[in-house]
Amino acid sequence: MSTSTITTQKVTFKVFRFNADEDYLPYYENYEMEVTSEEVVLDILNRIKWDHDGSFSYRRSCRHGICGTCAIKVNGKSTLACKESMNGLVALFGNELTLEPLSIKRAIKDMIIDKGDFWEKHEAVTPYLVTDVNEAPTHENLVSPAEANTLDEADLCIQCGACHYACPVVAINEDFFGPAAFAAAYRFEADVRDEDGTDRISAMNESAQGVWDCVKCFECQEACPKEINPIEKIGKLHNMIFQKDVAVSNVATRHAVGFHHSIKRFGVLDEGGLVLYSEMAGIVKHIPVAARMFVKGKIVPPWGITKSDNMDEIKKLVASSTTAKF
Amino acid sequence: MGKLRYALFTGCTAKQSTPEQYMSTYAVAEKLGIELVELTEASCCGASHLQDYDDFLSLVLNARNIAYAEKHELTMVTICNTCQLNTAMTKHRLDNNADLKKRVNEKLEEVGLEYKGTSLITHFLYAIIDDIGLDKVKEMVVTPLSQFNIAPFYGCHNIRPSELQNETHKTPENPYNPTSLDDLIIACGGATVDYEEKNKCCGFHVELQAPKTAAILTGNAIAGAMDGNADWMVTPCPLCHLKLDTQTGHASHAIGREVKLPVLHMQQMLGLALGCDAAELGMKHHLTKVDFV
Repeated sequence: MSTSTITTQKVTFKVFRFNADEDYLPYYENYEMEVTSEEVVLDILNRIKWDHDGSFSYRRSCRHGICGTCAIKVNGKSTLACKESMNGLVALFGNELTLEPLSIKRAIKDMIIDKGDFWEKHEAVTPYLVTDVNEAPTHENLVSPAEANTLDEADLCIQCGACHYACPVVAINEDFFGPAAFAAAYRFEADVRDEDGTDRISAMNESAQGVWDCVKCFECQEACPKEINPIEKIGKLHNMIFQKDVAVSNVATRHAVGFHHSIKRFGVLDEGGLVLYSEMAGIVKHIPVAARMFVKGKIVPPWGITKSDNMDEIKKLVASSTTAKF
Repeated sequence: MGKLRYALFTGCTAKQSTPEQYMSTYAVAEKLGIELVELTEASCCGASHLQDYDDFLSLVLNARNIAYAEKHELTMVTICNTCQLNTAMTKHRLDNNADLKKRVNEKLEEVGLEYKGTSLITHFLYAIIDDIGLDKVKEMVVTPLSQFNIAPFYGCHNIRPSELQNETHKTPENPYNPTSLDDLIIACGGATVDYEEKNKCCGFHVELQAPKTAAILTGNAIAGAMDGNADWMVTPCPLCHLKLDTQTGHASHAIGREVKLPVLHMQQMLGLALGCDAAELGMKHHLTKVDFV
């Protein structure tokens, strides 16, 4: 128990209300409350239900930040309701807080959403160890601490969905696995006991669903209440695609590798050359905009590019420090 | 206070597809009395893509860039959000992992360089706010932008991940409600437009491999600014600028609505307020015409 003084302050909560069975459109209801510095968001949800409106609906279970049930959004920030302190939120956003479900378009009743898409994506990445289990083992199947560390805490995910519904790609591309499923894929892909071969990692390499469609916005890292850092795992999956030799030559892989070529030759990026190398024949679709950019002085041909000074250093470092193959 | 000096990491875009950003950076620096020492030795930062292929090489190259700023004993200033993220992330990883730093330095030693971790790395926007201060900027404004509603577009890699970003500048930024660019707009005499997409992604990094996703995100951003009654947008990131300025056709098609607004670089907006003329700010290089200057 904290020994610091408990303070109270007045907070106005603008709360998303919707019942898919009855309402045509959602609406917001305001609740003004005295909030103490000891409270977390879940306390507020409870007080709304217990003191103001018994029909108010939300999911909750463990109250210990481990079941992943109570995630909602406060002022757009994904929040595990039982973990996020009211003091922290007031410091961040002031005394007017908007409580919404993780996904408004998937809302069923108030804070409760249909999380079906989340579980579907989770299931699609084979989120378990694929291995022949000896039913009569003669010794323990030990994993060394160093090997366990390679999971990089991806195994701590509580599947709350905070990152999934913070991801802008999930919101517009229904094929995209999303950050939580990627973190789960990494967790098993990095496990030394896994014998899945290349099936799982190959699925990560497919366009539309796989890692190449990640926009690198870092919303998932910001959202994760368990500090799993999904985008870091997405980066590692990118690397594994090359390390496990499942990378096929397509616009996405060539785009990543193209930086290597350009830096080796110019130090800086040859922007036009990168697009050409990535797209190959697909370059045609860029011609109308490229022509307008050229007229406006926005395209520098390869012979006009100012190379980095001390190119010999860059060439030497690219030669000695390259660890990947394509 | 002596003259402010920074090591400038221009990034690649400023020298190629956004020449107006390079020009306006120098124009504004002169007005503000900032001396920029350009790191002409610097390579590309890898733009968050090289690391997908080869993470270690990306670290070595970024560490080399920082080593040059350290040689000058200067803070490195970036003018691209993605350069800022990649460079600051490299610094963060090396400063917090002695083994990784050692392995990177073994490579740098081959070319007579060393990464020490002595230079700070900050985006020009935050250098201005932290080291000059917006009160001082306000005093220096000669042409207040008072007739304009300006929509700030922050760009992901200046505000997320917030834990890293808030290590690189003194002004704390809330990634869910950033204020630095709004504050700069106000210091320039303009009115800010509050809209949902101001801290969202522009889609730049998947423009080639997921063009539809990229176009929808760009379209949503411009539409949000338009619906907020913006006269124009402003961004500290040249990559966001490329999307918002040059991809309006694809963006309009993707969201089924004509979207188009002039988009200024942060330096161009500041330059206008400080009395630079349109020519030295490179306004003629925009695809979406800047029709108000």
